[in-house]
Amino acid sequence: MTLSELRKDPDYALFKPVVEKGRKAFILGGFLFAVFLWTMYMYGTQLSSGLGVTGLNRPISWGFYIVNFVFFIGISHAGTLISAILRLSKAEWRRPITRMAEVITAIVLAIGGLHPIIDLGRPDRLLSIFYYGRLQSPLLWDVTAITCYFAASTVYLYLPMIPDIAIMRDMGVRPQWLYRFLSWGWTGTERQKHCLDRAITILMVMVIPIAVSVHTVISFIFSMTLQPGWHSTIFGPYFVVGAIYSGIAAILIVMIVFRKVFHLEGYLKPIHFQYLGTLLLVMCALWFYFTFAEYLTGTYGGEPHEMKIILYKFAGGYWPVFWSMILCNFVIPVIILSNKKLKTISGIFIASFAVIIGMWLERLNIVVPSLANPLLRVPYQVYIPSLVEWALFLAGVVAFVLAFLVFSKFFPVISVWEIKEGRKEGIEVVKERLASYQPDITTQPGKS
Amino acid sequence: MPSWGMVIDLNKCTGCGACVSACRSENNVPNVGPEQSQFGRSIFWMDIMEIVEGEYPDVRVQYIPRPCFHCDRPPCTKVCPVRATYLNEEGLVAQIYHRCIGCRYCMVACPYTVKSFNWYEPERLEDFLQFRNPDVSLRMKGVVEKCSFCSHRLQKAREQSEFESRDMEEAEYQPACVEACPTSAIVFGDFENEKHTVSRLRKSYRAFRMHEDLGTEPKVVYLSRED
Repeated sequence: MTLSELRKDPDYALFKPVVEKGRKAFILGGFLFAVFLWTMYMYGTQLSSGLGVTGLNRPISWGFYIVNFVFFIGISHAGTLISAILRLSKAEWRRPITRMAEVITAIVLAIGGLHPIIDLGRPDRLLSIFYYGRLQSPLLWDVTAITCYFAASTVYLYLPMIPDIAIMRDMGVRPQWLYRFLSWGWTGTERQKHCLDRAITILMVMVIPIAVSVHTVISFIFSMTLQPGWHSTIFGPYFVVGAIYSGIAAILIVMIVFRKVFHLEGYLKPIHFQYLGTLLLVMCALWFYFTFAEYLTGTYGGEPHEMKIILYKFAGGYWPVFWSMILCNFVIPVIILSNKKLKTISGIFIASFAVIIGMWLERLNIVVPSLANPLLRVPYQVYIPSLVEWALFLAGVVAFVLAFLVFSKFFPVISVWEIKEGRKEGIEVVKERLASYQPDITTQPGKS
Repeated sequence: MPSWGMVIDLNKCTGCGACVSACRSENNVPNVGPEQSQFGRSIFWMDIMEIVEGEYPDVRVQYIPRPCFHCDRPPCTKVCPVRATYLNEEGLVAQIYHRCIGCRYCMVACPYTVKSFNWYEPERLEDFLQFRNPDVSLRMKGVVEKCSFCSHRLQKAREQSEFESRDMEEAEYQPACVEACPTSAIVFGDFENEKHTVSRLRKSYRAFRMHEDLGTEPKVVYLSRED
């Protein structure tokens, strides 16, 4: 297949961003990279003079870096988990979504996984974790779980990309060496297809428990300590639910943006947004259920230190954070997503954006208030994040957009071969499957 | 194994702060300046909590000296990813400054907020090097530090008594804060050794420990104020 043949392909829209690298992308990429360089300079100031450039203090010794760490890792749950569940449940509508979801996971996991290193006072001693690592420390559980998840999800992203890479290799898209290397000799024989299918199936089953373990273990960092407000048994599932919730919102935002920018209206149809929107609403309800359970048990028991923190969130210094979290995470999504008139694509975009902000506020709401109210009466401190911390937050967001931009300029963001497969075999397969669901017809009712 | 512990009599404490300054000069505790101190960046190995009870005009101020409690079941050592803080063979919670990666997990896990962090490279005045205590290592930026019960004194006393092949006397190992206390409110010794004053004092009906409900088994016992 050559380029001119490809242009006649019904799915050319998917290859277009890769084949025609416009000037706009370069300008946007250059701008993002410049911003990123500036944030790295800010990080340089922290490296040279110490963590004193942040707004952290005693007792609030964890702040934005840990909040963003939990937040980004949370978003990474979108991808692989959702795509694995959709594949596993044989949802046909998954086809245009899975690739984007998986890319989110790989990128955000890399960004989030680096956050604890930013937070270290001595990043130069990072390797001590391998020399002297104590597996009794929840931080080590984290390192283990995140590296495991990163390995699994990048492989899970890469494997279904191989046939697409091979198409680009065959049609001579530059740089040839990249596609030649990454396509791994794929020619599309029956045996190769069989192997790929097996590998994807094994991975998607493996990836689900790994994904769940990652955020559970992150919640353990907090819940394993004796601090009131953290020492809670529901933290594991609570974090996982929140992670999936913010993850779905992130997928929706990415889908809506790419649909607009790359004109993918023919692939990402309103039905996809309706289904994912419903899923978002379900997660919203689940998230609210956990939040309600957490605060009700705390308030009803009325243990003084627990109460001190809860009141600090409800009516004390953190009331704006707490109540805007409720607004963004519950009120706005419920109003939009449970109302047929508002549940349009732009409505879903607003709801998803609110959820992303709300989930970030939730992480802030978990980390800081508990630290600000220690058990013993030490001098009261307020945490005001410094410019460096904001800059590094921006760095995370910019790195995400930049990485996605680069990815979309080298690989199709929608899995082409899966779309083609769906078009060719999807309807037949679903018809057969539907037929197999139907109850058997017995000629004589009541007698078998 | 000895169980080194401290008994602090709140009846006798006047809140004078002698223990704090003795501790600072003994352990080369860095000063951070008034600006950073306002910001919550000051470093204390021995600190005094001020608790104001009641409302004006019926006000009572309670001073509570607070070193590291050297828990027998320390929550901070559990969470350290690199064993930079650990319970040593003398039963003290020790820090290894040159191994600490500065994640501050131990600070977060300590229910008593006794650990401090070096937010900047400590500023040392010019004549500091002349007056510093050579027995205590200097800390660098980005590591956690805290009270060690003056374990360098224990090391010296232990070596001396072993050299002379005899048992260690109570007076041989006393932290700087104990020596400096003008009212003898702070008493230090081995809880297990019946010859030591603390073994008697800790059984006082006034004795209590901070947040015993957490099960951390702190080795600092307070004698509550009577009045």
